[in-house]
Amino acid sequence: MTLWHAIIVAAFVAAAPALLAGEIPPDARRSGYTFMGPDTRAMQDDDTANPGMLFVLDGEALWAKKTGSAGKACADCHGDARGSMKGVAARYPAFDKTLNRPVTLDQRINLCRANHQQTTALPYESRDLLALSAFVSHQSRGVAITAGDDPELKPFVEQGHALFMQREGQLNLACTNCHDDNFNKRLAGAPITQAQPTGYPLYRLEWQTLGSLERRLRSCMTGVRAQAYDYGAPELVALELYLMSRARGLPMETPAVRP
Amino acid sequence: MAALINVPAKAKRGDIIEIRTLTSHIMETGFRHTADGALVPRNIITGFTCRYNGAEIFRADLFPAIAANPYLSFFTIAKESGKFEFEWIGDNGYSSTASASITVE
Amino acid sequence: MQTTRRQFLSIAGGVTVAGTIPIVTLRPLEATPAMLGTAIRNIVGEAQIRTGKVKLDIPPLVENGNTVPITVSVASPMTATDYVRSIHIFNEKNPQPNIGNFHLTPASGRAQVSTRIRLADTQKVVAIARLSDDTFWQVSTEIVVTLAACTEEMN
Repeated sequence: MTLWHAIIVAAFVAAAPALLAGEIPPDARRSGYTFMGPDTRAMQDDDTANPGMLFVLDGEALWAKKTGSAGKACADCHGDARGSMKGVAARYPAFDKTLNRPVTLDQRINLCRANHQQTTALPYESRDLLALSAFVSHQSRGVAITAGDDPELKPFVEQGHALFMQREGQLNLACTNCHDDNFNKRLAGAPITQAQPTGYPLYRLEWQTLGSLERRLRSCMTGVRAQAYDYGAPELVALELYLMSRARGLPMETPAVRP
Repeated sequence: MAALINVPAKAKRGDIIEIRTLTSHIMETGFRHTADGALVPRNIITGFTCRYNGAEIFRADLFPAIAANPYLSFFTIAKESGKFEFEWIGDNGYSSTASASITVE
Repeated sequence: MQTTRRQFLSIAGGVTVAGTIPIVTLRPLEATPAMLGTAIRNIVGEAQIRTGKVKLDIPPLVENGNTVPITVSVASPMTATDYVRSIHIFNEKNPQPNIGNFHLTPASGRAQVSTRIRLADTQKVVAIARLSDDTFWQVSTEIVVTLAACTEEMN
C-alpha cells in the first residue's frame, strides 16, 4: 500500500470508530427486505396476509396463559406486552448478570419460565417458543436495533465477529465472504443479502414456517458444509449478538417474510 | 388453529368487497420422505367454504400444491349486515372454523 | 437401451388417457403433459377449451417455489345469467397436476381468486374458467422457478 493509501484508509477508519474491520457503514446497511421481489415484500407488508402473524397470534394467546407450578402467565408480571415489551427484542441478545454472559430472547423466555413460572423450558424451535418469541419481538417492530451497546458485551461481540470472519466448512467460506464482500450479487439465482437479522423470528418460504435466527445460521453452516453448532451454543449466541450489533440502527421488522 | 381474516368492518350495500383468509396448516404434500426414506403421509386441507349469513358464497377444493398456511382471497357483493363463516376441512378429520362480522349500510 | 422411468410413465400415461378415467397406480416424481391433459379433461369433459377471458397474475421469476402468490381473474359481468361458475388451476410438472378448484356464485361480484401455490420446477401453469353457459376458457403461463441457494437440511 502506498503512503497516501495508508493515510486515507487510516483517516476513514479513524472517522468511523464504531466499525470493525470490513463492516458495512451505517448508511449503507440494508435489510433483507430490500433484496426481495415485490411479491414477497407484499406478503410481509400486509399483516393479514403475512403467515408470520399467525405465530404472533398464537404467541399472544400463550402470553396470557397461566402455566407452571407458580400458576403465572407472562402477563401477570409483564402486563400488556404492547407497552412492556416494546424495544426489548431490539436490544437482544442481552447480558445476563447471573449467568455472566449474553442470552438470546429465546433463552430469556426459558429463563423466565424456569425462574419465575416454575415450569419446564420450551425446546428450541418448538412452535410455542417461536410463537412467544415472535409475539415479543413483534412489539419492537419499527424500533431501531441497539443490541451490543452494553459495554459488558464487548468480549462476546468480538467473539461473534471472529466467528463471522472465520472460514469454515468444506466450501471454506466465512460469513464475511458473501455478506460483506458480495451482497447484491447472486448465488444460484438467489440474491445474496447483507445478512442483517432485522425480522427474526421470520417466516421463511423455504421452511414454510416460522424459524429463528439460530435455525438460519445453522442452515448457512450446513450450506458451506460445516458442522453446525447446536441450538443455544455459546458460538451461536455470540454470532447472533455480533450480527445484531452489526445491524445497529436498522428497524426491527418481526415477523419478516423471506424467500 | 390460528386464522387471520380480513373483511371490511363496514361496507355500502352493493359494494364488491374482498375477503382474505389465512390459516395455519402444514399442508404436508404426501410426497416428502424422511432421512431414512420413509414417506411422510399426506396431511392437507382439502376444502374451504365461506358462508354469508348462512348462504354459501365461495367454495374451494385444495390439493397438495397449495402452499403451507393456505391463503385464499375472493370477492363477494356486500348485501346485508351479518356474519361471514369460514370453514376449513382436511385429512385426518381436520376441521377448523372462523367468523367475521360486517355492517352494511 | 434401458427404459428410463420418465419414458415408461409417458407410455403408461398415453395408454390410459384413451377414453377412460385413469387409475394412477404408480406415483411418478414428475407429472407429465399427459397427466396434465387428463386432469383438465376430468373437469372439462369433451368440451372445447377456448383461449381468452382468463388472466393469470403470477411472478414470472419466482423467488421460492414453496410459496408462489397467484391471482386468477376472469373478465365477466358476474350477473345472474352471465357469471363464472368455477376456476380451476393446473400445473405441468408437480407430482400432481391439480392445484385448486374454486367455485363462485353470481353474488361473487368479481371473478377473481388469489392463493399461494407450490411449484416444483420451472413449468407451465394453466387456469381454466367455466362460465355459466358451460363454456370453458383458459390461459397458460410458463413460470421460472429457481432453487434456494443453500441446501436446507432437516435440523
